[in-house]
Amino acid sequence: MSEIVEGFHKAIELLVSLDKEIYEIILLSIYVSLASTFISTILAVPLGVVIGAKSFPFKKLVVRLIYTMMSLPPVIVGLVVFLFISRRGPLGYLGIVFTPTAMIIAQVLLVTPIITGIVYNGTKEKGEEIKKLAKTLGANKVETLILMIKELRINIFTGIVSGYGRAISEVGAVMIVGGNIKGHTRVMTTAIAMLRNQGDYAMAIAIGIVLLFLSFIINSLLYHFQLGE
Amino acid sequence: MIFKKSKTLSIMIFMLVLMIIFVGCTKPQETVTPETPAEDISIEENTAPEITNKTLLLSTTTSTENSGLLDYILPIFTRETGIKVKVVAVGTGQALQMGKDGDADALLVHAKASEEEFVAEGHGLERFEVMYNDFVLLGPDEDPADVLANAPKDILAAFKLIHDKKLTFVSRGDDSGTHKMELTLWKELGLEPSGDWYVEAGQGMGAVIQMTDEMQGYTLTDRATYLSMQSDLDLTVVTEGDTQLFNQYGIIAVNPDKNDKINAPAAEVFIQWMLSDQGQQLIGEFGKAEFGQSLFIPNAK
Repeated sequence: MSEIVEGFHKAIELLVSLDKEIYEIILLSIYVSLASTFISTILAVPLGVVIGAKSFPFKKLVVRLIYTMMSLPPVIVGLVVFLFISRRGPLGYLGIVFTPTAMIIAQVLLVTPIITGIVYNGTKEKGEEIKKLAKTLGANKVETLILMIKELRINIFTGIVSGYGRAISEVGAVMIVGGNIKGHTRVMTTAIAMLRNQGDYAMAIAIGIVLLFLSFIINSLLYHFQLGE
Repeated sequence: MIFKKSKTLSIMIFMLVLMIIFVGCTKPQETVTPETPAEDISIEENTAPEITNKTLLLSTTTSTENSGLLDYILPIFTRETGIKVKVVAVGTGQALQMGKDGDADALLVHAKASEEEFVAEGHGLERFEVMYNDFVLLGPDEDPADVLANAPKDILAAFKLIHDKKLTFVSRGDDSGTHKMELTLWKELGLEPSGDWYVEAGQGMGAVIQMTDEMQGYTLTDRATYLSMQSDLDLTVVTEGDTQLFNQYGIIAVNPDKNDKINAPAAEVFIQWMLSDQGQQLIGEFGKAEFGQSLFIPNAK
């Protein structure tokens, strides 16, 4: 238990030390998870709205598949992406294995279903009303979609926050496709896993605290941004 | 309202503390050796009546677990003594830390200097040498550094070749026994490896071999892990047999004064069994059927 207390001390030490290696790890974590959340948002918001608002064949099956994919194990996603981009894989010629790009790809696959599912849920509940409103305003298809996104902003915001939470905290996928290479693909979660393996519990907890602290700041910023609208 | 708010706040704080505790308390996966049939236990209870707690927690390195050695010998130990062995396979660094924290009964690790320090500081009772395995240097089949031609038995010369040609070398980078061995070799050469060619993975042996295969680089590995993965790899042994590459395993009973949960009698029985003729013979036998060679060479004194 003393490691937890020591972890708090070390967390503060880490932040004030301005140690280059630690800041590189923190910045890469933020970069990878924000980039994957951003790409996922662009993909998932229109997808969620369309699935929620339109009716089409096999809709129930599609929805169930998205819900299932919301709980994809990161390790499996990591492994599948790895097999695609590894030297022997079909995308091996890209040479992106053990790079931040590979980490972003894996996380987009994890985060997109989460945002899609949450946006779909919101659209299902409020979509009909918004459609009627759009009709009375005489909006065309694109304008209707924009109105939908505006009206659903709380759901979309919840989706983004949940998706970002998944991205910044997962370790399985980024460990496999990134490789936890020092100064190159090491992020906070893979550093924590590694430190635990080395028996350096206090340092592992320190980085965990820094991670929570950063999540708090980023969530606060997102929240502030949402209220400002 | 104020009461409600402070209640919500205290719940949130409680959850946060719980979260932190969970983060801190995630334990390594434990594997339990197959259960012994009940009749064997009853027979053995007559011969070793002083041992009341029949569970031993052994903290060891991933190499003994992943190679299958423990799966091979522990069921026999359990059958003969009635003691069940729970294995926690972690890096040497964490295995020693678990011993220091009193979270294990016995250690089976391979980092002689750290082990001797561990005993000298009073964390363990005595260190016994039990067996050794050896490290090999793996490289791509094409061997761009020409190690196989120039340094098939000289690990320092091999490291120098890789360093001078700046060819990809994947280091464990995780403070493990294997990593410590690698660092000792660089130090002996007076070199400080750094740069894009020197990849510090911070992962276990299996993952590092996979990465080396993927990047077509060089890496230092224990023979057992390599042999168990050999068939799927485009890697080959380029240097082996240098006496510097021998890797001694020690076995240590954790000092029972640390806390009253430490099962010192069972640890004593286990250590004596590992050092006995029978234990030593089993260690030597392991791997011969599958790989045609012993993975661990017994050398208890």
